[in-house]
Amino acid sequence: MIMASICRALHILKHYRCAETWSFRSTSVIATKRWKTSSVPPKHTAPIKQSYIEDRPQFPGSKTRSWSEKLEFTQPDIYDGIPVYRVMNREGKILDQSQDPQLSQEMVTNMYRKMTLLNTMDRVLYESQRQGRISFYMTNFGEEATHIGSAAALNDKDLVFGQYREAGVLLWRGFSLYNCMSQCYGNVDDAAHGRQMPVHYGSREFNFVTISSPLGTQLPQASGAAYSFKRAQNGLCVMCYFGEGAASEGDAHAALNFAATLDCPVLFFCRNNGYAISTPTKDQYRGDGIAARGPGYGMAAVRVDGNDVFAMYNVTKEARKLAVEGSRPILIEAMTYRLGHHSTSDDSTVYRSVDEVNYWDKQDHPISRLRYYMVNKGWWNDDMEKEWMKESRKQVMEAFQKAEKKKKPNPELMFSDVYDEVPLHLKRQMEEMKGHVSKYREYYPLDNFEKWDS
Amino acid sequence: MNLFQSLTNAMDIALASDPSAVVFGEDVSFGGVFRCTVGLKDKYGADRVFNTPLSEQGIVAFGIGMAVAGSTAVAEIQFADYIFPGFDQIVNEAAKFRYRSGSLFECGGLTIRAPCGAVGHGALYHSQSPEAFFAHVPGLKVVIPRGPIQAKGLLLSCIRDRNPCIFFEPKILYRSAIEEVPLKDYTLPLSKAEVLDEGTNVTLVGWGTQVHRLREVAQMAHEKLKVKCEVIDLRTVLPWDVDTVAESVCKTGRCIVAHEAPITQGFGAEVAATIQNECFLNLEAPVLRVCGYDTPFPHIYEPYYMPDKWRCFEAIKKVINY
Ligand SMILES: Cc1ncc(C[n+]2csc(CCOP(=O)(O)OP(=O)(O)O)c2C)c(N)n1
Ligand SMILES: [Mg+2]
Repeated sequence: MIMASICRALHILKHYRCAETWSFRSTSVIATKRWKTSSVPPKHTAPIKQSYIEDRPQFPGSKTRSWSEKLEFTQPDIYDGIPVYRVMNREGKILDQSQDPQLSQEMVTNMYRKMTLLNTMDRVLYESQRQGRISFYMTNFGEEATHIGSAAALNDKDLVFGQYREAGVLLWRGFSLYNCMSQCYGNVDDAAHGRQMPVHYGSREFNFVTISSPLGTQLPQASGAAYSFKRAQNGLCVMCYFGEGAASEGDAHAALNFAATLDCPVLFFCRNNGYAISTPTKDQYRGDGIAARGPGYGMAAVRVDGNDVFAMYNVTKEARKLAVEGSRPILIEAMTYRLGHHSTSDDSTVYRSVDEVNYWDKQDHPISRLRYYMVNKGWWNDDMEKEWMKESRKQVMEAFQKAEKKKKPNPELMFSDVYDEVPLHLKRQMEEMKGHVSKYREYYPLDNFEKWDS
Repeated sequence: MNLFQSLTNAMDIALASDPSAVVFGEDVSFGGVFRCTVGLKDKYGADRVFNTPLSEQGIVAFGIGMAVAGSTAVAEIQFADYIFPGFDQIVNEAAKFRYRSGSLFECGGLTIRAPCGAVGHGALYHSQSPEAFFAHVPGLKVVIPRGPIQAKGLLLSCIRDRNPCIFFEPKILYRSAIEEVPLKDYTLPLSKAEVLDEGTNVTLVGWGTQVHRLREVAQMAHEKLKVKCEVIDLRTVLPWDVDTVAESVCKTGRCIVAHEAPITQGFGAEVAATIQNECFLNLEAPVLRVCGYDTPFPHIYEPYYMPDKWRCFEAIKKVINY
């Protein structure tokens, strides 16, 4: 009774009234019309009808339609939490046939290969950092389905803004193992000429904006990019990945609010993997995760099992449709678990138990779940697995060795791209550097680098 | 004790001696990503040593609020490179709180710690030395230690100073620098430079990691060029100790200032301008700056980018032969 009356008073939280039946589709009450330039009325200021005088609140700042004579606070626990949308159970069984995305054997096999390839690349590069061959690395262990499931549902031209743990999205689009390794080595074939730390990938060809370490910065940029797409009417959306930790940055608030008020076709994709380095989610926020913030911003939101690649696919596909057709942002929260250490600089055994990690590794791994599905279908077996593991490892090792052999770029490249053209003061500094290094050449690692023209 | 342990020790003393003191920031509970707060939560409790949500503007502003309300706040920003979301709170709020209220309100109880500087592989966002940005802000104190003994005394001074202080810790020194750090409670004066190696020919000015490079260069210059350098560690970048440096340069007639941050608008520019004003008639050569180039901090080009000993050595030859 109390519950019901609170809920009635709270239009902003009205989705949650029926938490048990809540699902992504049930909230998709959107205008499917394309965005038009002039005729969109401001959303929050419903015109005041002069013709009848009804005693309801007229304040311009809320959606409230009713008064209350009871002093009641909106409690944070008025509903049981947004449910987690899934398609398969942990054994890879489709739970509701209507939710089966019906992907072809070829497509599913490709998804599986990309997920496992990412996993193999991670193992090799993690190990190579331990051996001192690259300076740093971050694995994607446990989050493979969030990358591949979402990337597969996008249009490859949709612009992606990532955080740093989304290498699978790039692999899906065709960024090669050698591209990844070249970036990690900072060799002559790295597009950014070795300027950034490993895993800071970027690709114009695959519409993936180069990674930046400062957290949260990509979110409001994604809103801006989406606004630009909307104006260009190119039928594309922007995909923005971020961690549940980064969601605490002020930029995240700006991003969601801008996207909502400016009707930007952007998907905010939170990878909620339980940790921000050592910080567990209980120290990060007190609400019901990140998805619960959607209604607060006037944005549809969905929570999904990030270890279920088909659920990821369905949600992203539908969200993309809503975003592009309705010109609006959608918030996706993928629940998953960071199986690896935060990075090669981290030892997670200091702050979480091995049992906890084992649970996710053994009981709920996104790769095993998809494999169960494929085996059930008769699309995969142990021999194929063995064969593919050998083959994928070979591909990774070949790319690795090729990238490792390449030289580092010419040190002159330290000075380019600061501006569109190298200004005079930087030309002078470059000459000074070259003069100095030539004079003291035995003290600089010139052999590892390409030579400059003198 | 190494540098991170001496900082832990300083915070331990601050927490023990001041019941209002708290220590917080991203990943601080489990000891911090550089292990500077290890053991403090267990010793002082989770309400005094705690994790914050991941927001630097939040961390700084929370610290300002605590300080305004009378607490001693020691806030950790995980990397100096990530201090910028808190820039507005530092520049427009912390630095101006006292001035704009006629001392009715102030946040002098706030100290912000942040690891800074090159480590060999940090690239754009794990290497920066942003001290000059903050040295441009009246109302702040900016301090950078070069080793464990100094770090402990200076951090305790910052924590107890009645002005908001920014304490940049050269992260490459966390484990590498080891000294016999006294266990007792002690402070070192802020805004007081330290003359390390006395000399008569050239004054070398630096702070943090650069001081170690300068000392090595001074040694080299002595052996190879028979030049005697006087090395000065500024310790506090704002407000800095003009008198100690000017006195030295009046004696040597030559001054080189070196830092990792880009040369243009780096703090070296301030030192050079002030010294040519204070010591003009004593100067035998222009004040030289050896600094990072005017590019973002590059990953694989770091060896070429750094104001290393060979670039500093070359500068000494230049001022001697001017
Ligand atoms: C502005 C900023 N502050 C702090 C950091 C340091 N840092 C790097 S990753 C990280 C944790 C991020 O956690 P989350 O967003 O949950 O992503 P996950 O690593 O779990 O994928 C932190 C604190 C940073 N890179 N940028
Ligand atoms: Mg996380």
